Amino acid sequence: MLESHSAAAPRGPSPRSRSQLDRLESESIHILREVVAECERPVMLYSIGKDSAVMLHLARKAFFPARLPFPLLHVDTRFKFREMYALRDRVAANPDIDLIVHINPDGVAANMNPFDHGASVHTDVMKTQGLKQALDQHGFDAAFGGARRDEEKSRAKERIFSFRNAQHRWDPKNQRPELWRLYNTRKRKGDSIRVFPLSNWTELDVWQYIQRENIEIVPLYFAAERPVVERDGMLIMVEDERLPLRTGEVPQQRRVRFRTLGCYPLTGAIESDADTLPKIIAEMLVASQSERQGRAIDHDASASMEKKKQEGYF
Amino acid sequence: MAAVKSEHDDFIGAQSDKQLLRFITCGSVDDGKSTLIGRLLYESRALFEDQLASLASDSKRVGTQGENLDFALLLDGLSAEREQGITIDVAYRYFSTERRKFIVADTPGHEQYTRNMVTGASTADAAVILIDARRGVLPQTHRHSTIASLLGIRHVVVAVNKMDLIDEAENTFRAIESEFREFASQLDFDDISFIPVSALRGDNVVEKSSTMPWYDGPTLLGFLERVPIDEQRRIDEPLRMPVQWVNRPDQSFRGYAGTLSSGSVHVGDRVRVQPSARESTVLRIVTFDGDIGTAIAGQSITLTLAEEIDISRGDIISAANDPAEVADQFDATLVWMDANALLPGRPYLMKIGSATINANVGELKYKLQVDTLEHLAAKTLELNEIGSVNLSLDQPIAFDAYSRNRETGGFILIDRISNATVAAGMLNFALRRASNIHLQALDVDQSARGALMGHKPCVLWFTGLSGAGKSTIANAVEKLLLARGCHTYLLDGDNVRHGLNRNLGFTDADRVENIRRVAEVARLMADAGLMTLVSFISPFRQDRANARVIVASDNFIEVFVDTSLAVAEQRDVKGLYKKARAGELKNFTGIDSPYERPENADIHVDTESLDVDAAASQIVSVMQQRGLFD
Ligand SMILES: Nc1nc2c(ncn2[C@@H]2O[C@H](COP(=O)(O)OP(=O)(O)O)[C@@H](O)[C@H]2O)c(=O)[nH]1
Repeated sequence: MLESHSAAAPRGPSPRSRSQLDRLESESIHILREVVAECERPVMLYSIGKDSAVMLHLARKAFFPARLPFPLLHVDTRFKFREMYALRDRVAANPDIDLIVHINPDGVAANMNPFDHGASVHTDVMKTQGLKQALDQHGFDAAFGGARRDEEKSRAKERIFSFRNAQHRWDPKNQRPELWRLYNTRKRKGDSIRVFPLSNWTELDVWQYIQRENIEIVPLYFAAERPVVERDGMLIMVEDERLPLRTGEVPQQRRVRFRTLGCYPLTGAIESDADTLPKIIAEMLVASQSERQGRAIDHDASASMEKKKQEGYF
Repeated sequence: MAAVKSEHDDFIGAQSDKQLLRFITCGSVDDGKSTLIGRLLYESRALFEDQLASLASDSKRVGTQGENLDFALLLDGLSAEREQGITIDVAYRYFSTERRKFIVADTPGHEQYTRNMVTGASTADAAVILIDARRGVLPQTHRHSTIASLLGIRHVVVAVNKMDLIDEAENTFRAIESEFREFASQLDFDDISFIPVSALRGDNVVEKSSTMPWYDGPTLLGFLERVPIDEQRRIDEPLRMPVQWVNRPDQSFRGYAGTLSSGSVHVGDRVRVQPSARESTVLRIVTFDGDIGTAIAGQSITLTLAEEIDISRGDIISAANDPAEVADQFDATLVWMDANALLPGRPYLMKIGSATINANVGELKYKLQVDTLEHLAAKTLELNEIGSVNLSLDQPIAFDAYSRNRETGGFILIDRISNATVAAGMLNFALRRASNIHLQALDVDQSARGALMGHKPCVLWFTGLSGAGKSTIANAVEKLLLARGCHTYLLDGDNVRHGLNRNLGFTDADRVENIRRVAEVARLMADAGLMTLVSFISPFRQDRANARVIVASDNFIEVFVDTSLAVAEQRDVKGLYKKARAGELKNFTGIDSPYERPENADIHVDTESLDVDAAASQIVSVMQQRGLFD
């Protein structure tokens, strides 16, 4: 089970400084270990996106050479891109990793989908409710999430350790101060913690780290010719017959990629030629749109994310 | 994992080799802090078009700048706050230049929010202190500087803002500079820089301004790109690595995972594990990417040692030739962060490094008047107050003075019941060399004394209403124990109040102190090997929990003497209920002060169905089951 490494393989004189990526990496590893040392049943939410990929990679590093000391949890909405499912299954094939897939059975029974029920109902039932179900069912007391503070205004003020009561609600007025590297993980029975090890990462950091560490990500992040339709101001990819076309919609081949991945009918692509990581990063550096722009679910009022979080959205 | 193809690209490479600087901004309300940070984000292009669009529409809707962008709005996150028009928490912002990535802790200027500033300052390498040029150095400026200094920030830049509104610009700026320098001479900064800026117009923020030709120093951003990073300084300190997690995947591997607080470690280094003081040699430094020969401050690694010694989470691995100090009593500075005031004598949990221990805040030496640096006498600390205290732990820890190492000298206190983080603290120095005393104490310890006695020491804590029968039953138990040849002592609440606790009244603080003293005495007696019986109303759950913590023994046995109020009042042996009903006694338990029934007492004695002897033998048989009699 252990990957073997030769004894000491010194790398020359001691380094004198560490780059921002080194520091972000150490901070995240420290947080991951702290949770495993202090919580009873941690779990890592695995959404198959780039942030999850980075978080998983950091976890492998944190606990090496041991296998991952907690399972991954994928709350499946049933509307993910095919390539996402393919990567998920490859990850799950790793003997060092346990993966739990949860699909909200009520949503399945109601044949929940974003076309008939709309983006927010679909997301609420399949994602928010599904997540709560899974956490309750398995009795997880701490869940890692890949959210970053640079994604959205209200996240900027959320702590790294964010407490939820037994109803999974967040109380923004009652957050614990986080000083130095000290995290207070004590909680009442029934309460749980959402832990965000990537809090201090920016989107650019994530891309640069993916490049530096050679982390496998879903190919949809790279530009390629793909069939898309324009819908509600977004470029929606026509993966297959699962996407019902509206009248007048004719799929066109366009060179596109995704900056963020969610449910395929709700995630917009951007036109791009960036088919390598350096090109993606170069594009990022001159980018003019933030990544959440591509998510239909975020387009409501500007405080919507905060409201969703108070209700138990991750 | 399968590799994603990547081309090498110098430009991209340079982008990821940047350093990381964390800084905090502090200023009073309306000094222009939000405008300044907003400008830094804007000018370093950390904003995207959609964010700018929502900024533009927010600016029109609720902004204060007419048709212009109101940068301050960028920083307001939570909707309630946004409506109030103020920022009330710490928010973190990110931007970068070619040289560095920056993490900004944005903390508000309100006087009552010391707590937030302390949080933001704890991880900051530098502080930007904002002063409104028209208002000059204010009490809040002193406050911000003092907190920055206390929290160990060594590099400070004073941004004198709103220079565009000042006529005598240079004179005003120089006057502020000398006034600030005078106050700061009492503080601990390595260096202080002064920069005249206009956040609104962007003067000297990112670009040098032609409107202030008399100023020839760096711009604010230029300063931030060059100011030293604290982690770098700590590389030259001796090795400290708190052990976070012991990695034991199978029998063949035992690694110690942690983040280096300071120094560096090399394969072959001699290390000391503290507080146990055992030594070993570093065998491997294991990482996912292969073993490495050296690791430095800030790195999260896994070590294996040549000689197996007992190490667990909470220990510190130190350089053998320059180890940390070990002590259990400290002079410490506390910043109180909770709405419930500090109660000296009440035990709290202390988290320092990866260790969590029981801590008692003893004497409060003084409270610091933050804006004048005066020392005031005080009995307690309220939210946002800072004080100097004696701190004692129930076991020794390895530490460094906070001024030397923020990571091995900084700690938080946690309330045992609410689980809230109630204080941030900094260890200044050990009060005495407790380590030696402790090592000696191991020779003759509690179990050695107990062995001589022929039984195990314990504390039987009797709780119940006045007149419930606590003393009567405790007496009967003591007789049974004596008959078995046990060494016992009975501490009675009323008697103790006549002697040891004569100077205590019935206020909240006195009540806590009352229990603390009795619990401490009980602990000493148990430590001396005695079976100690305590008969004390102890009506509050938290106080009983505290007593259990202080006594710190597996053989703390809570005995709930359960008698209904009606029956106790009917017995009224001492006539106290009658007085209380007549209003002659205030705060009488059961009448006008609650009795919180124990939820899981170790022994529950129902006096209404058992007589005294039966109750006593019920208790003794539980003691028997616990193996207290050899
Ligand atoms: N004239 C002038 N006004 C400024 C400057 N910086 C900020 N202000 C104004 O001062 C007011 C308070 O600014 P804000 O950034 O909200 O202050 P905060 O409370 O410290 O965050 C706003 O009306 C700003 O437009 C400056 O450099 N010059």
